[in-house]
Amino acid sequence: MSDARIPGAFLRPGTSSFSDFLAENAPDLLPARRSLPAGSPGVTGEFAPHGTTIVAVTFPGGLVMAGDRRATMGNVIAQRDIQKVFPADEYSVVGIAGTAGLAVEMVRLFQVELEHYEKIEGSILSLDGKANRLSALIRANLGMAMQGLAVVPMFAGYDLDSGAGRIFGYDVTGGRHEEASFFTVGSGSLFARGALKKLWRDDLSSDDAVRVCLQALYDAADDDSATGGPDLTRRIFPIVWVVTADGAVQLDEGAIGALADQVVGARMARPDGPLAPLPGGGEETQA
Amino acid sequence: MSTPFYVSPEQLMKDRADFARKGIARGRSLAAVQYADGVLLVTENPSQALHKVSELYDRLAFAAVGRYNEFENLRIAGVRLADMRGYSYDRRDVTGRGLANAYAQTLGTIFSSGGEKPYEVEIFVAEVGATAAGDQIYRLTYEGRVADEHGFAVMGGDADTVSSYLTEHYTDGASLDAALQVAVAALGHTSDGGQVQDRVIPVEDLEVAVLDRTRSQPRKFRRILPARLAELLGDRGPAETAPEQHSSETPAGGAAETGGGDEPPVAPPL
Repeated sequence: MSDARIPGAFLRPGTSSFSDFLAENAPDLLPARRSLPAGSPGVTGEFAPHGTTIVAVTFPGGLVMAGDRRATMGNVIAQRDIQKVFPADEYSVVGIAGTAGLAVEMVRLFQVELEHYEKIEGSILSLDGKANRLSALIRANLGMAMQGLAVVPMFAGYDLDSGAGRIFGYDVTGGRHEEASFFTVGSGSLFARGALKKLWRDDLSSDDAVRVCLQALYDAADDDSATGGPDLTRRIFPIVWVVTADGAVQLDEGAIGALADQVVGARMARPDGPLAPLPGGGEETQA
Repeated sequence: MSTPFYVSPEQLMKDRADFARKGIARGRSLAAVQYADGVLLVTENPSQALHKVSELYDRLAFAAVGRYNEFENLRIAGVRLADMRGYSYDRRDVTGRGLANAYAQTLGTIFSSGGEKPYEVEIFVAEVGATAAGDQIYRLTYEGRVADEHGFAVMGGDADTVSSYLTEHYTDGASLDAALQVAVAALGHTSDGGQVQDRVIPVEDLEVAVLDRTRSQPRKFRRILPARLAELLGDRGPAETAPEQHSSETPAGGAAETGGGDEPPVAPPL
């Protein structure tokens, strides 16, 4: 047998999963298969940049996912313009929080995984199928997570069968749960969630859903030092993806910049953001 | 004990080539045509599920004729190879030349090794570039030969007749509908027992895909479905499905192997 021939493993019929194929034939390419040196468990995370806050909200006919641009390494800002929301395929997006290096590689693997299945089988995976594959990738990373290199993604997509946007959250063990309306992950997620609770409603337009996400990210950046707010001097703004029946589209810098300017402008007058109505309260509501 | 007859290497290779060529000639033709925005791949394939044209990678497409199980194997190997290379290096590092070489080596080794029967397949690897000058069509034959085709290329059953039609009617830089009309007319231009006739192939029996450089996504491969096809082809007169005896290339097409296509399939001797 000549060396240039395609190796037998490639020609063997079998799995349509790219990560399973790698596990069998090139395990060193899998991000989760790397072993860490023994000792000092738990501190590894301080040497690697961490990504922070991602928010996602649904609206009738789709969803929006947005992420801030900061990566931190302990008390240092490691990167101001990191990308943390990625397209997974034509109808879904994935956002990442946790160890940035590993997370970005996991996203790359996930993207190939979906595309690979689509090409081999000739059909697109169901949205639940995609969400399950991501579970498996996170579960494979559990060993690294225990040593401080956790990756906690969020997955969301347009379900072609039901015609609605759906959001999936994960934990480090690969457990997944579906969120009906909105979801947040990362260090600023608590603050973002608080904002979303007050701002989200079930009849948002896609533009309003983007505004809601920007407001939530602003609140996260306001109270969490690891989350970056809109950087007006450098013109660095959150990355926003809108997913509808037409596919996933990233909003361009100019559009986000204009919206971010509006948000910041309104905060000049009221630093705590939009005021939610208080039913049953006095005539003047309190935030 | 019987002494095996001496067979000269020339005769051996010729026999193997004849065997492979016969297998390929049983199927219908497939045409690859360059047009203004990329490469168009057209074939007659009544099956909606078993594809002869498919996506390999961002800018690469795979098309094959011959035995389905054999080229399906090669297609999956190509997808795995491309995805693995793109994942470990970069998406731009997956090229048509690389895949064509891998296929050529594989087919060549199988053809010349005594233990295996040669693959009865012929393959196109098409690549779309940033401009028309970067478009490529690689033709791979059963014995591992690679050829770099320009303008158009045809393989399969009646390749010579179809290709003579294209030689006459093909124009450089045609629009999608013009290129498609010529390609489909060429596939319908077949010789039947020495007599050349033109047939209008029904849209449901066509499998058409393009590598379209104007597509905004990184993945340039796109299938053209029957509804859109009918639009692009316009009015062509009454359609006529292909005669039965030609359709022996589906996975269950082992019947033709034993000789005449009319005979019932016979299990191979143990």
